[in-house]
Amino acid sequence: MSATETVLASRPHRVLPIREIASRSAIFLLLGALVVLFQFEEPAFLNLGNLFSILQAVSITALLGVGITVTLAVGGFDLSAGSMAAFSQMAASYVLVVLQGSTLDAVIFCLIVGAAVGVFNAILIVFVGIPDLLATLGTLFLLVGLELIPSGGRSIATGAILPGGITAKGSFPADFLALGRLHLGGVVPLPVVILAIVALVVWFVMERTRWGRVFYAIGGNETAARLAGAPTRRYRAAAYVISGTIAALGGALLAARIGRGDVSAGNSLLLDSVAAALIGYAVLGVNHPNVFGTVVGAIFVGVLLNGLTMLNAPYYTQDFVKGAVLVGALVITFGLRRKRS
Amino acid sequence: MSSTAQISAAAPLIAFTQVSKRFGSTLALDRVSLRLDAGEVVALMGANGAGKSTLVRILSGVYPPDSGEIALSGKPVSVTSPKMARRLGIFAVHQSIAEIGVPGLSVAENLTLDRLCAGETKAIVSRRQLRRTAAAIAAGIGLEVDLTQPLERLTIADQQLVAIARAVASNPAIIIFDEPTASLSQLEADRLFQVIDRLRERRVAVLYISHRLGDLKRVADRVEVLRDGRVVESFNRPVDFGAAIRAMIGRDLHSPAVRSAAIERATPLLVLDQIRLRRDAEPFDLAVHPGEVIAVTGAVGSGKTSLAEIIYGVRPPAGGTMSLSGRPWAPHGPDRAIASGVFLAGENRWRTSLFPASVPFASIAGTISFPFLRAWFPTGPLTGRRERVAAEHGVRAFGIKCRDIDDRLETLSGGNQQKVVVARWHAEPARVLLLDEPFQGVDIGARTDIIRALRAGASDRATLVFVSDHEEALEVGDRIVVMDRHRIVDDQDRETIDLLRLLSAAESNGQDASRP
Repeated sequence: MSATETVLASRPHRVLPIREIASRSAIFLLLGALVVLFQFEEPAFLNLGNLFSILQAVSITALLGVGITVTLAVGGFDLSAGSMAAFSQMAASYVLVVLQGSTLDAVIFCLIVGAAVGVFNAILIVFVGIPDLLATLGTLFLLVGLELIPSGGRSIATGAILPGGITAKGSFPADFLALGRLHLGGVVPLPVVILAIVALVVWFVMERTRWGRVFYAIGGNETAARLAGAPTRRYRAAAYVISGTIAALGGALLAARIGRGDVSAGNSLLLDSVAAALIGYAVLGVNHPNVFGTVVGAIFVGVLLNGLTMLNAPYYTQDFVKGAVLVGALVITFGLRRKRS
Repeated sequence: MSSTAQISAAAPLIAFTQVSKRFGSTLALDRVSLRLDAGEVVALMGANGAGKSTLVRILSGVYPPDSGEIALSGKPVSVTSPKMARRLGIFAVHQSIAEIGVPGLSVAENLTLDRLCAGETKAIVSRRQLRRTAAAIAAGIGLEVDLTQPLERLTIADQQLVAIARAVASNPAIIIFDEPTASLSQLEADRLFQVIDRLRERRVAVLYISHRLGDLKRVADRVEVLRDGRVVESFNRPVDFGAAIRAMIGRDLHSPAVRSAAIERATPLLVLDQIRLRRDAEPFDLAVHPGEVIAVTGAVGSGKTSLAEIIYGVRPPAGGTMSLSGRPWAPHGPDRAIASGVFLAGENRWRTSLFPASVPFASIAGTISFPFLRAWFPTGPLTGRRERVAAEHGVRAFGIKCRDIDDRLETLSGGNQQKVVVARWHAEPARVLLLDEPFQGVDIGARTDIIRALRAGASDRATLVFVSDHEEALEVGDRIVVMDRHRIVDDQDRETIDLLRLLSAAESNGQDASRP
């Protein structure tokens, strides 16, 4: 046990046990298998247009998932992200159609509302001390209800009649619609580009900066983080502001894609984005929330649904398929992990 | 090697024969043979990673041996699960409080928990019946507490006694104590030893695992020394503990003779003036000079941790003022303290210092650098080699056994984890270094390494080490400060210390503390 002669020898080759390898690459192996299968059944699957349509379909889900990942990293959970996006979608429509604001007005308003809701969540959780799940569940309900009030429960489009008998005269300007519909170079959808930029920035912050370290440290052991000098309350609050702002951005993109303020839009957003974040735990076997995993998780679900649709699987099987994927990923994360006694 | 002279002709209560266990590339147990007779207290000594925990876990059915035989009263058995172990009469009392019982239930309910869970009681349990059964169990080991209060209100020592009472109530053949005195004061430990004496009278075999020599001297009939997975030597009473320690660490133990040079007592670095730890506690003064290593000792709950936290700025004192290098010192939070060179390595490393495996950077390097990220990477991105250089230096200075600085914390032994914690607070020059119970669950070898490294870096700073164990205090401190009831009751140089006074001050629990 002599410790004076410490070994800092060259790193020996680490032999990974088979379950470790399985756990690390499972999602990618499955994804590869699915692609081969779909390509075999439907040769149009692997064309560029279809691949980007998959990415476009998952871009808003993935965006919300990235925000949720930050809250998961601090040991929290933002259940209000989905309704935040839906609310922001209605808010953008209201600014454009009812108040006849510009594209910039709408986007900035959405982001401000998103950050404000994040601050509201942070106050409930960090300062009032309500557990994350309960506080954001409360916010979820507030937002679902609040988005209906200005329009009297109706969807917002040009010509819609609002409470008080006013007719909305504005419309969605072309440059706003472009946010959801433009294809850069005729190929790459703008929402995919926005997702890529946001995901890259958040990934960099979480993985390559000292701020990311603090986020993860708080989620792992808040006492240890605080005793090491980290302002833990500020960081936990920041996580909800980030999540709320990103969700609001997602909502603006959603409004641009639909082209009106739809009261039922965004119903499945929360579950889909939470699923993406949780599937992300299994990616590369890291067993913790991570931005890269979340994006891969969202794409994985997108590929699966797109392929099944091409194979004429009925639409009503979609949720079942998503559930199966999520459970499978959780089994990989928690079941294949080396059990510590 | 095993030269127990008084082995009776009868088969031993339990016998391990040539038991081996391998984890990956490490041979945790290498053909271990060990026997325990009824009414015998056998102490297991060994450095961290010597195989003590593996042996205990095999015995209590957590995992099976790869080869070898376990026999109970001469009959081979296979202990396949903890439940099976309990049925065979094998009970383990762990040091961690989490495994002791259900905190919210009453003491009486906890004492009868095993019967309730095993379905040995009627479906409807009368409260009076329950209390009567519990009272009998408590009386069996001399546990004197209010049985109606919830378990969590008891002191840690009493909670541990409840766990022991539970084990005793189930008519055990063997009880395993794993570091039972880690969080006990001397007085509380003495009560535990009395319980062990009773167990011995009741012909229970006891396997006792501890790093504390004082404990072993008090309770052990026989000492078995494990090193690198093998039983290297076995000692009968009277045990030659010097030889046992040599056998355990495989080298001679040098007391940390590196005394600091004559300390300039002219200008104190840290001064506490009429500090009150609590509103109802008496105020006290303390002056610490550069180069000094002070051991602050006292029973659990005497206020050591409060003092450390107040100097570190976790919370303000209830009264009085502090100064650092002649300037007023009233930090608001650890971040201010760290920026000013006042560092605290908290007690219970997994609660206060280390990050669990779910944290991506829970490695040696990530743990060491964490408090200094803002100073080292002011712009944000983690660039350059600063973190790696600091970690490699820490690994060398403290002799941390690892493959490299990216090793995950949970793969290190307890002693090496603790070295990482102490190494962290040497990554930047400290003005005041506070270490709260830095030798918890650390073997003698690692302790010596830590003390040596502490002394090597102590020359320009004030070092305060908070330990409840007197031997540790004498080993580490140039000056010994004794606390009791949230105040300082004694303060002496190590060279001139009156040991008797130190012990009485620490153990009187304030009844008749010898005041300076």
